[in-house]
Amino acid sequence: MAIAGKRRYTGGLVDVAAGQISREIFVSDEIYAEELERVFTRAWLFVGHESQIPKPGDYFVSGMGEESVILCRDREDRVHVFLNSCRHRGMKVCRYDEGNTPVFTCPYHGWSYATDGKLVGVPYFREAYHSKLDRSQFGLVEVAQLEIYKGTVWATWDPSAPSFLEYLGEFRRYLDLALDAWDGREGGTEVLGGVQKWLIPCNWKFPAENFSGDSYHNISHRSVDLVGIGPSGSGRRDMRERLIGRRLQICFPDRGHQTGAYVLPNEEPTPPAYQHSPVVSEYFRRCEEQRRERLGAWGRVTGAPGELFPNTALHPRQPRSIAVWHPRGAHRTEVWRWYLVDADAPPEVKDFLRQYYIRYSGPAGLTEQDDMENWNYAHAASRGTIARRHPYSYEQGLGFEVENYEWEGLRIPGTVMDVTDSKSSEHNLRNFYRRWAQFMDANSWDELATWRRRP
Amino acid sequence: MADQREAMAQLFLERDVENFLYHEAELLDERRYEEWLDLLADDVRYWMPMRRNVKLGELEREFTREGQDVNWFDEGKDTLERRVQQILTGVHWAEEPLSRICHMISNVQLLAVTPSVLEPADVTVKSRFLIYRNRVETETDILVGKREDGLRRVDGHWKISRRKVVLDQSVLLSKNLTFFF
Repeated sequence: MAIAGKRRYTGGLVDVAAGQISREIFVSDEIYAEELERVFTRAWLFVGHESQIPKPGDYFVSGMGEESVILCRDREDRVHVFLNSCRHRGMKVCRYDEGNTPVFTCPYHGWSYATDGKLVGVPYFREAYHSKLDRSQFGLVEVAQLEIYKGTVWATWDPSAPSFLEYLGEFRRYLDLALDAWDGREGGTEVLGGVQKWLIPCNWKFPAENFSGDSYHNISHRSVDLVGIGPSGSGRRDMRERLIGRRLQICFPDRGHQTGAYVLPNEEPTPPAYQHSPVVSEYFRRCEEQRRERLGAWGRVTGAPGELFPNTALHPRQPRSIAVWHPRGAHRTEVWRWYLVDADAPPEVKDFLRQYYIRYSGPAGLTEQDDMENWNYAHAASRGTIARRHPYSYEQGLGFEVENYEWEGLRIPGTVMDVTDSKSSEHNLRNFYRRWAQFMDANSWDELATWRRRP
Repeated sequence: MADQREAMAQLFLERDVENFLYHEAELLDERRYEEWLDLLADDVRYWMPMRRNVKLGELEREFTREGQDVNWFDEGKDTLERRVQQILTGVHWAEEPLSRICHMISNVQLLAVTPSVLEPADVTVKSRFLIYRNRVETETDILVGKREDGLRRVDGHWKISRRKVVLDQSVLLSKNLTFFF
């Protein structure tokens, strides 16, 4: 079954071949309503981290698209994600952010639900319902699929969506860069207490695009680079990989995921970092050594910002974090940011990183503040009638992508753009919007799972 | 007589501390950031927890913990100085052009004085704030909450040795925290 050539989005509002994308997809309320349906009900979304709900009865209220969901662990230790809305009249059954409970009782009429979602209490069941209501039909609405991957919890409302691992494809290796311990052991990360949540006045795709691999925006961060907040005291990060390795932008056209990465030369050890603290510096030195031993050539790869389609951002290097861009109307986004550390790192290392994370990221972060200002005013200045007639330009590096990229004996999965010399490319950004347009045009996962149609 | 002397000293101290807090607000609102930094002790702790909605009976989980969790702010003078330096680069876009900011400070209460009101060396003072921030054209934020400060007498002047800022919001309704509380 071939996909029709030109659709409303693919080749239309999103003309990736020409490197032009209409501003309408950012500012139109009608397109926004459509993407809630076509993107957010079908894609896999990040919900939270298992370490937030360690015990039976623990819950954490999260969001999928615009909707509130409850991530909880039932009495049998199974993890669930439910729509946070009573089946009787819709009231939120949980208005706390987190806690532990045997049941979720609706404050309106008192229907109550066990932590496995079953409706277990209906006031006046005998009298008003004459014992006839089929309670088994009115459990909390549960996501169609849920996957716990190295501690992170993902869910989708679409029963026909591929499994999470299939949805990830080879991008899995880059997600691992955020979730594995720094010494290369699988998993091994935990989230710090406290999820940052804040509202920014722009469409959710501005930050999604930025994390997809906008390496062109150095001027945005001039002030923080001048002031120096990095773990070794200069710049905003420790960036010595940049000087000796290859700087890559990597994307997966059939999946819509993309990331940056650095690949270090074969013979060189990873440059030292975190010199502000001998303990932290030594910790990372030892981790890097073990990482090379454990992972071989792949140990030369370190991550850079990435975006797992559609709205989960990865920051695999310090400040190590996962952000979700929750849509809140076409013109507003609620950002949630979780911070990750190696679970068994010494307390001094965790504390050092925690402090660095806070001064870098989030609404008080010296780096992220300036990112947001650009997204906010780009959005505001794109809403006008005249502005909407002029598409944005995404032409950097068009036609220079490389398949089967290899450097010093290491093949890099994905479609790669080596930006070491060219400095920047919009290859990953085009990839994000190409996939977004496919979601908007496609009527089913049969059309979206293009990789299954290959011979 | 001793009682009266102590009562007078208490009154004087309250006014003195209030004046200090108003002077501090004045420096911030007039963008005299470097002078504001001089009011902070070298070992100052500046902490603003995040807040969760939790059940009655679990209120100990309402605030993120200083020194352990992710907070809105949890830092010392070094980072605060860098925040000021960043504003003064002129290319910190989130504060360029500069916001118009007004700190309203009220409900000043002395919670503790050591060793005594007659010779106060350290005081704990609680206050309310209402911060109005307007920037560029129409962007406006109003942030309301409480502060609990430790003030220390150094060479005849007050220095802020710790500040806890409790903002009365859970999801932060402002896009950033580029200013000082």
